[in-house]
Amino acid sequence: MKFQLTYKLFGRSAILIEWPANISQEIIQDIISFERKIKEIDSILDTIIAYNSLLIRYQNPITTNEIIISQLKKIYEASSYLIKQDQFLWHIPVCYDVSFGIDLEEIANKKKCSVADIIRLHTETDYLVYFIGFQPGFLYLGGLHQNLHIPRKSNPRVRVDMGSVGIGGSQTGVYPQDSSGGWNIIGKSPLNFFDINASESCFAKPGDRIQFIAVDIHSFYQIEREVINQEFIIKKRLL
Amino acid sequence: MIEVLHPGIYCSIQDQGRFGYAKMGVPQAGYADSYAAKMANALLKNHEKDALIEITFGQGKFKFKSDTYICLTGGDFSPKLNGKLIKMQSVYPIKKDSVLSFGKRVYGARVYLSVQGGIQTEKVYGSRSYFEGITQQKLVKGAMLPILPIQKDTDNSFSRVRASEKHFTTIYLPCLKGPEFSKLNNEQQRKLLTPFSISDHNNRVGYRLKESLENNISSILTSPVLPGTVQLTPSGKCIILMQDCQVTGGYPRILQLSEIAIARISQKITGDKIQFILEDHS
Repeated sequence: MKFQLTYKLFGRSAILIEWPANISQEIIQDIISFERKIKEIDSILDTIIAYNSLLIRYQNPITTNEIIISQLKKIYEASSYLIKQDQFLWHIPVCYDVSFGIDLEEIANKKKCSVADIIRLHTETDYLVYFIGFQPGFLYLGGLHQNLHIPRKSNPRVRVDMGSVGIGGSQTGVYPQDSSGGWNIIGKSPLNFFDINASESCFAKPGDRIQFIAVDIHSFYQIEREVINQEFIIKKRLL
Repeated sequence: MIEVLHPGIYCSIQDQGRFGYAKMGVPQAGYADSYAAKMANALLKNHEKDALIEITFGQGKFKFKSDTYICLTGGDFSPKLNGKLIKMQSVYPIKKDSVLSFGKRVYGARVYLSVQGGIQTEKVYGSRSYFEGITQQKLVKGAMLPILPIQKDTDNSFSRVRASEKHFTTIYLPCLKGPEFSKLNNEQQRKLLTPFSISDHNNRVGYRLKESLENNISSILTSPVLPGTVQLTPSGKCIILMQDCQVTGGYPRILQLSEIAIARISQKITGDKIQFILEDHS
C-alpha cells in the first residue's frame, strides 16, 4: 500500500517525512519498511521513527534538498518489494499483585469492575510496538482495550520503579528505568527493557508485538533472579 | 587520572554525542556549546571528537593525578590553578597533584575543560557522553577519570585565542521554521520573533521561556524532535530542547535552532533575554 507522503526540511541537516496523521498498523509497517530501504545510504547519521513520521538525519547540512528528496521519493515509489524483517511476538511476564499494581484497586473502583477484570482485559490481547521513544527502551504500544482507557494522574509520581506497567489515557507501557511518571500503575515486569550490556539492548523493535502474561509474586522474584544472572530467555514467536 | 574533588552544581563528560541509536529511544546527548567545546579540543590539538568535562556554573574542583596539558573554554568562572587565577582559551602544562578550582562568574553558564588526548572513560554506543542508564561514570565526589600519559615530544607551541564576545552577549538565535510553524497565525508568528526571557527551568534537557504565546494549535501525534527544536506547549510556553532531550515529543515544533544558536543559548542563565531570528533554508 502506498501513501501520500510529505517531505520537509527539518533544520539544516534532516528531512522529515510524514504519513497521514493516523495511528495505524498499515502506516507504521510502511514506515518501518521504508526506513529499512534507506538504511544503506552512507550519508545518513541517524533515523527516528514515530507514529506517522520518519526523520532522516544526514551527516552534513543538506545543500541540494530537491535532489535528496527526489532520491527518497524514487526509493519509496519504486519499492514494490518489501524488505521484511523478522517480527516477533514477545511474552512479557507481569506480576499484577496489588503490592506492585498500586493503582489497581482505585481503577477497579472507578471502572466498577474487579481487579481480576482489569488483569484479564490487559492480558487477553497483544499489543503492537509502534516505536521507541520517551526513554531508552520505552515502547509505544497500541491496542489497549477501550475499557482500560484511564486519564493520567493529575499529580505525576516523583518516582516510578523500573519495570512498572502503566496505563496513561489510551496507552499502556512499561517504564524501562526508574523515573517520574503520571501513568496509573497496574503491575510490574521483572524484565529489563533496556539492558546496555546485552547484545541487543532493546529486544523489541518497531513492528513487533507484546503479549503480557500474568505471573504470581513468587514467579516474579524467580524470573527477576534469572534476569539478573542472565539466565532468563524471553519467550518469543515469529510472526 | 583526574580526581573529582567536588562536582559543583553539575558536571558531566561530553563529546559530540551518540548517533545511530535514536530508534531505541537513546538521546543524542553531547556537549551543549559545540563552539566552545570544539575550541577547547582544537587549542590542545586534540581530535574534535575527544571527550571533555562540561562544568555547569563552574563550581567544580578537580585534582590531576598525572602530568598533562589542559585548556578551558566557554563560560568564565575565574578559573584557578593551585589557587592562582589562570586565563580562558589558553593551554597550561599541569604538574601532578595540581588542583583546578573556580571562583566568581564573569560570563556564561558552562565551562569546558579539555585535557590532552581527551578523557578516556568507557565509550558506549560510540560516545563517552554521559546519559543516565547508558554510561556508568557519574562525576560525583571521588570519581577518577582516566586520561592519556602526557605527550611531550610534540610541538608545544600551543596557541591562545580570544573567544568571540558576541557568542556570550548576543541575544539573537538564528533558526529555521519548524514543521508546525505554518499552523501559527500571523500574530503568533510576529510575537514569536520578539524578545523572550529564559525561565528558571533550564538545563541540558531543555530551556523553558518565561513569556507565553497565545496557543490555539492542537497537539500532534508523538513525532521526532531534535536538540534545538522549539516546542509550543498547550499553555503557550516555548521549550527549547537541548542535547539530553527525548527523541520524540507531542507538542507542535514551531522552530528549529541552528547549531550556533544552541551553543549560544547553552551559555545563558535564568532571566537572560533571547530573540529568535528566522533564516531561510539554503
